[in-house]
Amino acid sequence: MAGTVPMHAPGPKTAASSPATNESPVVKWVLIAAAGLVLLWLIALPLIVVLTEALKRGWEVYWAALSDPDAASALRLTLLVAAITVPLNTVFGVIAAWAVTKFRFRGKGFLVTLIDLPFAVSPVIGGLIFVLVFGSHGWFGPWLSENDIKIVFALPGIVLATLFITFPFVARELIPLMEDQGTQEEEAAITLGARGWQIFFRVTLPNIKWGLLYGIILCNARAMGEFGAVSVVSGHIRGKTNTLPLHVEILYNEYQFSASFAVASLLLLLALATMLIKSWLLRKNAH
Amino acid sequence: MSVTSTAARASRRRVLPGFGLTMGYSVLYLSLVVLLPLSALLFNSTGLSWDKFWSVATDARVLASYRVSLGTAAAAALVDSFLGLLLAWVLVRYEFPGKRLFDALIDLPFALPTAVAGVSLTALYSQNGWIGSLLEPLGFKVAFTPLGITLALMFIGIPFVVRTVQPVLEDLDRDMEEAAATLGAGRWRAFRTVVLPELFPPLLTGFALAFARGIGEYGSVVFISGNMPMRTEIAPLLIMSKLEQYDYAGATAVALLLLLLSFLMLLVINSLQRWVHKSAR
Repeated sequence: MAGTVPMHAPGPKTAASSPATNESPVVKWVLIAAAGLVLLWLIALPLIVVLTEALKRGWEVYWAALSDPDAASALRLTLLVAAITVPLNTVFGVIAAWAVTKFRFRGKGFLVTLIDLPFAVSPVIGGLIFVLVFGSHGWFGPWLSENDIKIVFALPGIVLATLFITFPFVARELIPLMEDQGTQEEEAAITLGARGWQIFFRVTLPNIKWGLLYGIILCNARAMGEFGAVSVVSGHIRGKTNTLPLHVEILYNEYQFSASFAVASLLLLLALATMLIKSWLLRKNAH
Repeated sequence: MSVTSTAARASRRRVLPGFGLTMGYSVLYLSLVVLLPLSALLFNSTGLSWDKFWSVATDARVLASYRVSLGTAAAAALVDSFLGLLLAWVLVRYEFPGKRLFDALIDLPFALPTAVAGVSLTALYSQNGWIGSLLEPLGFKVAFTPLGITLALMFIGIPFVVRTVQPVLEDLDRDMEEAAATLGAGRWRAFRTVVLPELFPPLLTGFALAFARGIGEYGSVVFISGNMPMRTEIAPLLIMSKLEQYDYAGATAVALLLLLLSFLMLLVINSLQRWVHKSAR
C-alpha cells in the first residue's frame, strides 16, 4: 500500500517561536536518542543484516550467487516485467489524473476509491484472481488450453498480477498534485489558442514532472519487488518464471542463506536507489 | 463555495479538451486490470456454493488464521502509532545531525521488497540472530511466534504513521501551545491538551493504514511466522496453501472474507482522511 501517503515536501522549518513552546534540552535530546534507537532497531538493523549475511561467507560466494544462471534469468525476468508494467501504468496514471482533476463530474470520489482498490487488497488476492480467471479451472481456462496459450505460471500471468498491484501508484501521486494546481493555467492556454496536446506538453507536464517521476520510481520499486501476487501466479519454475524476490525465497528455503541474501542485496540496492531519488526529488520540489 | 465559483466549475467540462477520451480510457483500463479480475472472486467458476462458503468460513483453522492476522496487525499498528508519533515529533520539531538520513530511512519499508524484509527479519530474530540470541536466554522466542509476525508488521507499518502525522504536525499553529504556556501549562500538559487532540485524526488514520496493510501482508511475514496452522498461520498464507492443494473453492472463500475486510478498512480510511483534511483547514 506504499504510496497511499502522497509525496510531501517538508514545510518551512518550524522556527522556535518562543522558549515557552520548547522542551528543555534534556527532554529534547532524550526524545531524539529514543527516536534514533527506534529507527536503528526497527529499520536500520534489517538493512544491515541483509548486507552482513550476504557477505558472511566472502565475496566469492557473493559473486557466485549473483552470477548463477538462475539468478541472471530471474534478474532478466524482473527487469522485463517492470519494463512492461511501469509504462502501462504510467500512461494510465496520467490519463486518469487528467480525467479526475480537470473536470467535474458525478461519482468522482467513487472513481478515485476504485483506483485505490489494489492498495487495499492483499497481494495474495491480487494473484489469486488471475488464477481464477486464466487458470486451468478458471473462466477462460478450457479455451486457453485448447488454443495452447499459457497465462498463469508464465510471463503474462506475472505481468498481469504486477499490473494489478502497481496500478494506483502513478495516479495516486498525480491526483492530489494536479488537484492543487487547478485548471487556470490550462484554461489560459486555451484562450491563447493552444490545442489539447500542446496544453498537456507545454503547461501540464512541466508542472507535474517531478511528482510524475516520483510516482514512476515508486511504481517501479514495487513492480520489481512484488512478492505475494507474483508468487501465486508464477509457478516457481527456476530459470523461467522466477523473479528476483521469488529467487530469494527459493534459495532461502534451500538453506542457501548467503546466496539468498546476496540476491536480496540486489533488491536492497533497488530500494536504496528509490529512496535516494525520492529525497532528491523532494528537495527539488521544495525549491 | 460561492455561486460564481460553482458556475465556473460547472463550465470547466466545456473548457478543457479530452474529457470523453481520458474518462473512457481510465474506466476501460480500470475495468480490465482491476474490476473484472476482482469480480472473478464473486462470480467464480470454482463451484463455491453458500454452504461450502459457510463451512470454510467457520472452519476452525480458518477462524484461527483470522485471529492471528487481525490480532498481530492490530498490535503492530498500535505500537507503530506510539513509535510513529515519537519519530514524527522528533523529525518536525528538532534539528540534529543526521536528520536527513533519519528522514530518508523511514521510507525504507515502503521501498524494500517484502521478501527481503522477511528473510532479513527472520535472520535478525532467529535463535542465533543478533537480537534473537539476546532474547533467547531471557526466555523470549520471537521467530516462529505471533510476536515475530507482529514485529514484521511493525516494520511494514511504521512509515504509514510517520508520513501521516508529520505533515499535520508541520502545519500545526504554535500559537495555541504558546497560549497554553502563557496560561501556566507545562510542556507535557500543553502537549496533552493542545497538541495531541490535533494529532488524533492523523494518528488514527496512520493506525488504520498500518492495520489495513498488516491484514493483507504476506512477503515479510511468511518467513518469520513459521506457518504453524492454528498458531502462526496468517489468512493470506492460508489462501496460498489452499491453492497449492488445488482447493480453489476454499481459497476463494477465505479470500472473499479477507477482501470484505479490506473494503471495510478502505471505507474507514477514506472517511478518516476526509476528517484529517477538514480538521487541518
